[in-house]
Amino acid sequence: MAFRLKIVPDVTNYNFFRWQSLTFGISAVAVTISVVLLLTMGLNFGIDFRGGTTIRTESPTAFEVSDYRTALSDLDLGEVSITEVFDPSFGENRHVAQVRIGATEDTQAMTPEQIASVEAALKTVDPEIRFAAVESVGPKVSGELIRTAIYAVVAASAGILLYIWLRFEWQFAVGGVAAIVHDVVVTMGIFSLLQLRFDLSTIAALLTILGYSINDTVVVFDRLRENLIKFKSMPLIDVMNLSVNETLSRTVMTAVTTALALTALLVLGGDVIRGFVFAMLWGVLIGAYSTMYVAKNIVLWLGVKRDWSKPDPDALPDQFTTQP
Amino acid sequence: MLHIPLWKRVLILAVFVIGLLWAAPNLFYARVEAHNDALVEAEKAGFVSDAQQAAIKLWPNWMPSGLVNLGLDLRGGAHLLAEVHTEDVYKARMSSLWPELRRALADQREVLGAVRRLPGPADQLQVEIENPDQMAKAVEIARSLSTPVVTLTGAGQSDLAISASGKVLTIQLSDAEKSATDDRTIQQSLEIVRRRVDEVGTREPTIQRQGADRILIQVPGIGSAAELKELIGTTAKLTFNPVIGRSNDANARPGVGNVLLPSQDEPGVYYILEDTPVVSGEELTNARPSFDQNGQPAVDFTFNPAGARKFGAYTAANIGQPFAIVLDDEVISAPVIRDAITTGSGQISGSMDVAGSTQLAVLLRAGALPAEMTFLEERTIGPELGQDSIDAGRIASIVAIIAVVAYTIASYGLFGVFASIAVVTNVILLLACMSAIGATLTLPGIAGIVLTVGTAVDANVIIFERIREELRRGRRVAAAIDNGFQEAMSAIIDANVTTFIAGLVMFFIGSGPVKGFAVTLTIGLVTSVFTAIYLTRLMIVVWYEWRKPKQLVL
Repeated sequence: MAFRLKIVPDVTNYNFFRWQSLTFGISAVAVTISVVLLLTMGLNFGIDFRGGTTIRTESPTAFEVSDYRTALSDLDLGEVSITEVFDPSFGENRHVAQVRIGATEDTQAMTPEQIASVEAALKTVDPEIRFAAVESVGPKVSGELIRTAIYAVVAASAGILLYIWLRFEWQFAVGGVAAIVHDVVVTMGIFSLLQLRFDLSTIAALLTILGYSINDTVVVFDRLRENLIKFKSMPLIDVMNLSVNETLSRTVMTAVTTALALTALLVLGGDVIRGFVFAMLWGVLIGAYSTMYVAKNIVLWLGVKRDWSKPDPDALPDQFTTQP
Repeated sequence: MLHIPLWKRVLILAVFVIGLLWAAPNLFYARVEAHNDALVEAEKAGFVSDAQQAAIKLWPNWMPSGLVNLGLDLRGGAHLLAEVHTEDVYKARMSSLWPELRRALADQREVLGAVRRLPGPADQLQVEIENPDQMAKAVEIARSLSTPVVTLTGAGQSDLAISASGKVLTIQLSDAEKSATDDRTIQQSLEIVRRRVDEVGTREPTIQRQGADRILIQVPGIGSAAELKELIGTTAKLTFNPVIGRSNDANARPGVGNVLLPSQDEPGVYYILEDTPVVSGEELTNARPSFDQNGQPAVDFTFNPAGARKFGAYTAANIGQPFAIVLDDEVISAPVIRDAITTGSGQISGSMDVAGSTQLAVLLRAGALPAEMTFLEERTIGPELGQDSIDAGRIASIVAIIAVVAYTIASYGLFGVFASIAVVTNVILLLACMSAIGATLTLPGIAGIVLTVGTAVDANVIIFERIREELRRGRRVAAAIDNGFQEAMSAIIDANVTTFIAGLVMFFIGSGPVKGFAVTLTIGLVTSVFTAIYLTRLMIVVWYEWRKPKQLVL
């Protein structure tokens, strides 16, 4: 017998509904807390959504954030925040800071003169400073970016809902979409709780979570549909348990490979995309969870038509009664 | 059963080999890039220099030379999102219509009485007629100046919306004409921005229309967004106007049909000019930097025949009069006409340095922007940051592939090797597709590739798990493999279509990082379905035919 690494045994018979009320409770609480957090603490919007300017500085010598702040305080820039960026991949002589300046004008991005004055002020503190990236987004666009981002998430959900509805039954579509809404809301809750920067990249990550989560859910649904036809008299809850158990090793296998790949990126991919990768990694975990504990439970509650072999008699038109 | 016809095997291998060939240039990125650049330069110049010849030899001509386009976040460069003020053009149309309308109405003075333009919104022409009972006649005259709109949606409509109330005749552009004009303005602005950016000769700039009135400009390799803005943001509207007088008063009233414009190099001096120019920059055929008789930087220009005729006629009739050269609503100079200039060429000199005269020549040659632009978004990414991101992304991708391959082989043994080959092929095909269609790889795109590596295993896993199940049920090896593939199909298709939907939405709605990510994600989905369904299957079938196993441990 050759060696095989098996995290999940060949045949499992876990009862995924044993802690149904507990897991559902956890999900409900997590979603509620997330919504409350989003409403109270809000999101730490990046300049994409808030407008303003970020300047990424790099210097071979160490610096004090307070020195930078003092240098910029005379310029009358409005809201300025300066953070030092740490990354294991930076060597000894690489010191990176992120300077964020709130939007100052009504319609336009920051003027080149303003940016030049900021750069000049920082150069007086540290002559060796370099400006690795300067990005400026006007408030007019940032509002639109928020709107298109919301459209993107809604449109993607709607497309997925429609496809599952066509391929399966409406109960599956509702269950699947409830699961992705759950994932997206909880992820945004985490971003709010930890005050991680929320920008366009985060939206890309959210959309990936959406795609990944639904991918996972659909594989289980597919098996469920197959088993529903195969075991016509088995109670729905048992068929569901069977289906999840049968696909469990695949769910875990895929989650692990994806998580491995993303962890590599999280550790080695550099600080620029760390937030983005964090969101995706989190999404993979929560996507696997929501497949097992959210999507199915909703389908169970809604119930499904069991027999696909015969057409639904109610849906057939009454051919003879329409004759005069 | 487990049978793949020969033609299919050849086809699958052909796709694999073609993918390999198309992806190969990316391994030698710098060399291929030098080769491609040299080819383009040589074609532009019409001859091949030795340095270019050497660069061309860096990569064989028979090999594909398409590269994955690196996005600004990886290469460094500047990104601008500009908004074009399309309503500027309405204003220009109205002010150029006024002299024409005045002439037409004045011809009927005995019927209409005196005519004068009322102050009002700039995109409207409000004209007061002395005899309101003759308004119908005035409307008829105004209507004779309009022309039908030539667009698909606006067919049958006239370009002017004319209305009358009491003594006032109001003319503005009709809605159909406004939207047609907006469209033309954006097209024209795009073209001019493209020409201006091309003049500085950077590699593969992206200049795209976005939405109704936006232009997205991305130029790799340029130092900063400010630099780019300076180049494309200048209007460069050049006109030659008759001079009425000079003034030191910024609030002087120029009178009807005239404008008051400041002098560029004499502070506090204003010129009163006729509003309607004699010749404008649109009639230039060439402009190049030069020096004037005092050795100061200047710009030489040449008119087209129509422009030359007008210029000649005016200068002949106005010898001894000053003539203003106006650039972007500033008088550059107002020389006195010494004699008629009939050659159609002239010179602009003023206070500028060599760089200034070069840039002015570029701007004049490319033409004026039809409307003003404001910049809504500016991003500059330094080249070092981009290189860092590429290096980090490359290492992360390699480590990710190794980790995934190790885990897959540990889980499925030989079949894991097949799956791993499929996953690596998947990345190669992904890069090949991107090179072939010239798609742009961005930093989130690298994340997309890494995620694709993670999920590409998924289709294989679904198949292998099915085969395991079939084996547990006691099926024979061939039947188990065959059933496994068949049963897995619907799950693979459904799962990938849903992700594909999310990817397409990201591509079409998203911008910037969202789009960059969507590109690799959607292409990666297609290639991963191909590799899982065809390539893995081919490898398994070949292995089965060769070993004829009685037993399969999976």
